[in-house]
Amino acid sequence: MTLVSNSRSDTFLAVLGRWLLRNHIWSFFALTVIVFSLSSPFFLTVNNLGNILTQGAFIGILAVGMTMVMIDGEIDLSVGAVLAMASALAIGLQDHIGVWPAVLVGLASGAALGFFNGTLVALSGMHSFVVTLGGLIGIRGLVFIYTGENALMVTDFSYTEIPEVYLGPLSMTAILFFALALFFQWVLTSTRHGRETYAVGDNVEAAYDSGINVKRHKIINFTICGTMAAICGILLSMRLGTAEPNAGKVWELWTIIAVVLGGTRLIGGYGSMWMTIGGVLTLAVLRNGLRLLNTPNYVELMVMGTVLILAVALDKLLNMKEET
Amino acid sequence: MNDIILQLSGITKTFPGVTALDQVSLDVRAGEVHALVGENGAGKSTLMKVLAGLYKAEQGDIIYQGRTTDVAGPLDARRKGILLIHQELSLAPELSVAENIYLGAWPTNRFGVLKKRELRSKAQAALQALGCAFGPDVRVGTLSVAMQQMVEIARAEAFSASVVIFDEPTASLTDTEKEQLFHTIRSLKARGVGIIYISHKMDEIFQITDRITVLRDGQVQGTLETAQSDVNQVTRMMIGRTLDTYFVKAKADFGAEVLRVEGLSKAGLFNDVSFSVREGEVLGLYGLVGAGRSEAVETVFGVRRADSGQLVWKGGVIAPPTPRQAIDMGMALVPESRKEQGLVLMMGGRENTSLPHLSLFSALSVMNRAKELATFEKYRSALSIKTTGPDQEVSQLSGGNQQKFVLAKWLCAGPKLIILDEPTRGIDVGSKSAIHELIAELAEQGLAVIVISSEMPEVLGVSHRVLAMSEGEIVGSFEGQEMNEENLIDAVSYHRQSAVG
Repeated sequence: MTLVSNSRSDTFLAVLGRWLLRNHIWSFFALTVIVFSLSSPFFLTVNNLGNILTQGAFIGILAVGMTMVMIDGEIDLSVGAVLAMASALAIGLQDHIGVWPAVLVGLASGAALGFFNGTLVALSGMHSFVVTLGGLIGIRGLVFIYTGENALMVTDFSYTEIPEVYLGPLSMTAILFFALALFFQWVLTSTRHGRETYAVGDNVEAAYDSGINVKRHKIINFTICGTMAAICGILLSMRLGTAEPNAGKVWELWTIIAVVLGGTRLIGGYGSMWMTIGGVLTLAVLRNGLRLLNTPNYVELMVMGTVLILAVALDKLLNMKEET
Repeated sequence: MNDIILQLSGITKTFPGVTALDQVSLDVRAGEVHALVGENGAGKSTLMKVLAGLYKAEQGDIIYQGRTTDVAGPLDARRKGILLIHQELSLAPELSVAENIYLGAWPTNRFGVLKKRELRSKAQAALQALGCAFGPDVRVGTLSVAMQQMVEIARAEAFSASVVIFDEPTASLTDTEKEQLFHTIRSLKARGVGIIYISHKMDEIFQITDRITVLRDGQVQGTLETAQSDVNQVTRMMIGRTLDTYFVKAKADFGAEVLRVEGLSKAGLFNDVSFSVREGEVLGLYGLVGAGRSEAVETVFGVRRADSGQLVWKGGVIAPPTPRQAIDMGMALVPESRKEQGLVLMMGGRENTSLPHLSLFSALSVMNRAKELATFEKYRSALSIKTTGPDQEVSQLSGGNQQKFVLAKWLCAGPKLIILDEPTRGIDVGSKSAIHELIAELAEQGLAVIVISSEMPEVLGVSHRVLAMSEGEIVGSFEGQEMNEENLIDAVSYHRQSAVG
């Protein structure tokens, strides 16, 4: 009963404080922005910030789908390969069936692969780590077969101009990332599906006993994750004008890093898109800032590894405080 | 052989809000098998954890081999010669038998390198002493449960244990394996080992033990010579009488039959269970832990599948439902373990309440937050739940308030039948009587109610009719004048006694 206090007397600052405690990544984000603003004159320019958002958005879109799957207590390691598949199909098919049908086939391939992953996880009872690890290798192999181990090039270069739509400094890719993140945040907080996601991730037994169709539910989230990967792949193919069979390699790791950095927990039941946006942006700022400072690539990796562990440690620390 | 090898004196252990052990004293003689019995929550496992060094008692002494001893942890206990054999075996399935016997205490040289030959020969000796049919190099994962248990018992040889504690050792053994286990226990006993034997099974206790100590609510109720007592006496001491509480019973005004269960069976859990419950009726289901009560109702609700038997819902035979179908028909199950099965702990009261009926609280799958809040507020005031707000995580609430949310969650869709499995376990007295009142209220509104409880005053106090269950079977049905403590105890213990003979 000691925990019962009058919540109505809370001031704005107290509410903000609690929000920051749960979304500690935004404090990290602010810190990185301040550090880089002070250390590089090129960092805090409209142009550079726009760049950061565009670069971050690719991992960001993957992270949106990954967040759904991770709140469910699962993981999807195949997103990088699914992305490559979608981008290869979108470019490879457009000379035969036209641009937009090719894009649609690309999207559908992502949804189908996600559906396949989800079905395998839900029906076999195998851990998603194993299933999607298989997907990571297998789907990548399929991409190599389809592309004949070569990068596919667009013939009609108007394709690369599709995403060249800007809203001020915001590219279409960045806008799409924010739109998807906000949409799925709404799904998480305001729809049945979102409610089921948290319930399944936190206590699958209680969810099942409450009549939730856990298997169907998980399949839906894997399908969402696959679709997000396909969207990312198609945007990438538009940006580059080519589809490399190696596109998106190890992106699944950066995606997981971004989501975990944000504070969503690997064991499931806890997380949000706000956290994921924070994680994605922090990661993007770190990469960009370190490059502006001409940091060698290996130092960049060391810094990011350290930040990841620090952020998760901070999360543990804060939550221990909250619980006692 | 009457030397006391282990003596616990005045052990007291409290957890926030609960006294788990209250001045518990117990002695174990060399070469005796000493039974420790009591209902779940009586404090048996807490006591054993104190003995194994997992918990530190606030008061009291462990006097082992004549000296006051401080047990620092499980490995320390094992080295001192006190061995706890868990119900869930604590073995590493990928390691060999020899490695498991010395788990965590492997013989090594100065640099931490295993002395494999020594390990193997010592293990071999221990296995031979017990007459085990398998060698020290076998991988433990390939052994049967009974053989794995022997590996744990071999630790008693390996560490020359003088006290061995068995916690529900026969839970997953066949009859033949059980006989072998008893043979082993007798041979340990013959060599002067003191044995503590924890079990719910009365027949075993009367077969193998020399003395029985009964625990209830963290206190020792007494120690009996097994030869001079009977099942009835022990059962009585276990259950006892709790404080006289005032129970409200719903007016007996019954309507049509809501549910009839016919010949429901599941191998190893329950056998030929039949009963029916009407509108406005509170049906009690009484039995000790392990009687198969929870399993039977979980089967009705579709969480488990039966081998045979059928369900009749409102006069029509139905196929075994899934939980979703059961909910949609109008069934509700308030499970025994609210944290594991009942609540999503990271969610608040609002979200937990709407969880089984998301379709009622949403349109085109978009949640209607206002409706959720209204329902939350309704039940918060109706059940006087103490919480800071709709989104306070239920993990932060007291047991009584958590249980009220589990009730709210099942009541808000207006069920026809509500099954309450141990609805007042581990909650405070105030919440307890609030829930008793609610049961009467629900029945008077015309719901069919099934209450499962191992608290006899509770089940007698709230029910119109009580079924006694034991060893997976319904062994008695009592109504009116017949419905009293004597008859229930007789029904449950007679059945157990007949199982002994």
